[in-house]
Amino acid sequence: MRLTRPALTAGALVASAVALVPLVYLLHQTTRFGWGSWWDEITTERMLGFAITSVQLTAVVTAGCLVIGVGLAVLVTRTDLPFRRVIAVVAAIPLAVPSYVAGTSWLMLPNLWTQGERLSGFWMAALVLILYTYPYVYLPVAAALVGADRSQEEVARSLGRGPIHTLMSVTLRQVRPAIAGGGLLAAFYVLSDFGAVSILQVRTLTQAIYTQFRGGFNYLSAISLSTMLVMLTVLILLAEARSRRRGARYHRTGGRAHHAAHLGPMRWPLFAAAAGVLVAAIGVPFATLSRWFGEGVSRPGSIGDLVDAAAGSVTVSLAGAAVTVALATPLGVLVARRPGPITSTLERAAYVAYALPGVVVGLSLVYFGMNVARPFYQTTWMLAFAYATLFLPLAIAAISGAAAQAPPVLEDVGKSLGRRPSYVFSRVTLRLTLPGIGAGAALVFLTCMKELPATMMLRPTGLDTLATELWAHTTGGRYAAAAPYGALLILLAAIPTWLLATRSGIVAARDEPEPDDSDFGVVTAVSDRPALLEASGR
Amino acid sequence: MHAISARHRRLAALPAIAALTITLAACGDDGENNNADTDQNDAPVAETDEGEETGAGDEPDGGDAGDDAEDDATDDAASDDDAAAAGDSDGELVIYSGRDLELVQPIIDEFEAETGITVEVRDGNTAELAAQIINEGDGTPADVFFGQDAGALGALSQAGALDQLPTETLDLVPEAYRSAAGDWIGVSGRARVLIYSDQDVDEAELPDSVFDLSDPEWSGRFGIAPTNASFQAFVTALRIEHGEDVAQEWLNDIAANDPVIYDGNGPMITDVWEGALDVGLTNHYYIWARAAESGENVEDLNVQVHWFPGGDTGGLINVAGAALTANQTDGDGAAFIEYLLSQSGQEYFGETTGEYPLVTGVEASEGLPAIEELEIPDIDLNDLADLQTTVEMITEAGLA
Repeated sequence: MRLTRPALTAGALVASAVALVPLVYLLHQTTRFGWGSWWDEITTERMLGFAITSVQLTAVVTAGCLVIGVGLAVLVTRTDLPFRRVIAVVAAIPLAVPSYVAGTSWLMLPNLWTQGERLSGFWMAALVLILYTYPYVYLPVAAALVGADRSQEEVARSLGRGPIHTLMSVTLRQVRPAIAGGGLLAAFYVLSDFGAVSILQVRTLTQAIYTQFRGGFNYLSAISLSTMLVMLTVLILLAEARSRRRGARYHRTGGRAHHAAHLGPMRWPLFAAAAGVLVAAIGVPFATLSRWFGEGVSRPGSIGDLVDAAAGSVTVSLAGAAVTVALATPLGVLVARRPGPITSTLERAAYVAYALPGVVVGLSLVYFGMNVARPFYQTTWMLAFAYATLFLPLAIAAISGAAAQAPPVLEDVGKSLGRRPSYVFSRVTLRLTLPGIGAGAALVFLTCMKELPATMMLRPTGLDTLATELWAHTTGGRYAAAAPYGALLILLAAIPTWLLATRSGIVAARDEPEPDDSDFGVVTAVSDRPALLEASGR
Repeated sequence: MHAISARHRRLAALPAIAALTITLAACGDDGENNNADTDQNDAPVAETDEGEETGAGDEPDGGDAGDDAEDDATDDAASDDDAAAAGDSDGELVIYSGRDLELVQPIIDEFEAETGITVEVRDGNTAELAAQIINEGDGTPADVFFGQDAGALGALSQAGALDQLPTETLDLVPEAYRSAAGDWIGVSGRARVLIYSDQDVDEAELPDSVFDLSDPEWSGRFGIAPTNASFQAFVTALRIEHGEDVAQEWLNDIAANDPVIYDGNGPMITDVWEGALDVGLTNHYYIWARAAESGENVEDLNVQVHWFPGGDTGGLINVAGAALTANQTDGDGAAFIEYLLSQSGQEYFGETTGEYPLVTGVEASEGLPAIEELEIPDIDLNDLADLQTTVEMITEAGLA
């Protein structure tokens, strides 16, 4: 590793620098306005009100995501829940629904049976955000549960602890890093969400930032609100770091089969609860899109227009996933291999842009594009760069999770055989991390598909995507024409989501032959049954 | 007012905001043409911070354009005019369009077919695209800005981001619907109206003035979209016509009367349509667009349009308009704007979008009262550019 370590560090620094572009823009703008006016602006009662709403919503939604995400993960990996394999896959799908589609669908839900009723407000927004954000918790926790060492649980049980007690005190403690990592992703997503909160009429910091930018070119206010959001993000990261226990890392044992706990009389009620969540989350948007399509007379121009928009979405999202993963890989590997204050600072820096609204990141990159990277401005690459800035943490979490499970001893073996460090890195480390890279790419890809504000600002002129077409048609009041774009967007984003769920080993957990526990066996297990999405599983 | 100005002076680093600040100072004036003088002559001072000057604003001659665009047009603008007249063209045109692309695409296609010029359209939200042009500064890829609010056009003008339009183009549209500085022009008109559900509301009950909406009888029954540019333009008009205090009071009273607040006009119209809301403040043409979507005639809809009578500020006519950016160099942009204002272009807007054509002699959609018959308030659209103060006041009232 002697040669690769500086290279990895350099790569990690580049990734953090990219993620910090919006922060540099914010500081630059704030300095121009003067820190005095900034202070006056952020200490108004109104601003504090927005901040409090944001914090409350984040707390409620994160708690809800943890309950539903961890609950579903336990049910599908550790119990004899009916249809658990189907549920294991379908439970990831709500991630494919953009929050603006979800928000509109739930707002207008009562229209399916009555006229003129609307659902909106804080609790409605919380419900909608929980229903579409919990997969950030569910996916890594389910994957971690499948891989977690079973022997501690067996010891606990043999000492007379009941199943629920064991679950709470041993099992969930083991997968705690995955829970914390997923919870962070969910919390920061809520801070940055604009679609659901604006449609359901909740005044959060992000909602206010959009209003100020959109309405009055009011930069001072918007910039101040954004810096406030950054401070909240940093506070949450610090709190999470404090609460994280030292050495709370777990190791895969090669995936010994788990015995399913018997739910007994609770089997069907719990199934009904799980199925209810999924039917609501996936059914409501499709019901609304169908209603739009059925009631209006507008139609998308042609199948060709739909295909063009889909091709546009796939192109920019693939580019986004490629750039993001390329930037995230060195940092992800470093996080797993050289944990320490510097690495974790670099990693945390990447979360700052993730928690910022797309419009701020978009504007900062307009500035960056015009002043630094003019030839790339309004090209697919610039947009891909913006996606990387926004979504780095998603890829870093997946990659570091996988890299943590590649045993360093294999690298030592490679070196002892006289291989050059770069060779060992590419043939051993990178190869063992590939499943995580794939998972990160899938997650970033589907998130790019749904992204709207930065896409609007930075896409090549004339390029349409499913998200921009959906926006254009709904803004123009052509809901029937909008519906097919919405449906196609969800369906296409569901493909990588489905891959994430099926390839993570959650579904196949109990069907696999048990590999033995030799080092070689570990390698096989890791590469065959990838540690997809084990966020923060380091 | 003083407090606001003083604070804004510290923001002079950003040219856009500097320009807005200056209007703020000027908005105490009587709204004469000399506003344009003040703006443009002051702009370069603010812009030196930026280290780069943004086109029209730094031309001392440009300042006089408001008084007499024809004679005092700058050399640059004049050569552009010549170029446009000579049909100078690089065959490519980039339009930043805040208008619904579906509505304007057909006319763009016609323009392309007729002129052979390749058009690239970047569509988005009007204010966001205007902000993007200001952020892009001198290097903006845009040749033409096509937005749906005089306020955004005015903000661009004051940021020095626009170029002069040829006089013959300007003359096509009545003075009330174009820039006093000669750098943007209205293409179609949209009236502010109160829409109502004719199932739930009796026509006789409807208010004569937008000020009546603060009466207890409308409590909880009316919708507004405070983050929408056309609502904000209307509030700016209130400030201009009645003064800051009255406007703030109206906003406070409205906020206290339990309004239903929407993120955009679309959901509000849907709610009136479906009976979830009695009345809503919005633009007239949405109803014509909705009739097209449902395949019905306007008069058969259960949403109807109430025009505020007697020159009430609630009946403001705003424009969707176009402008050349300071960065464009050939005649393609001017050719496009001329095309929008041609007989066929104007008929297209009249027939398809439900908006008012602005070139005299072109008829509006069926079922629309003639624009001359509307009792519209006496507002200079050039004064609508100061969105900053408006947004602050809306925010102050707790509506955004």
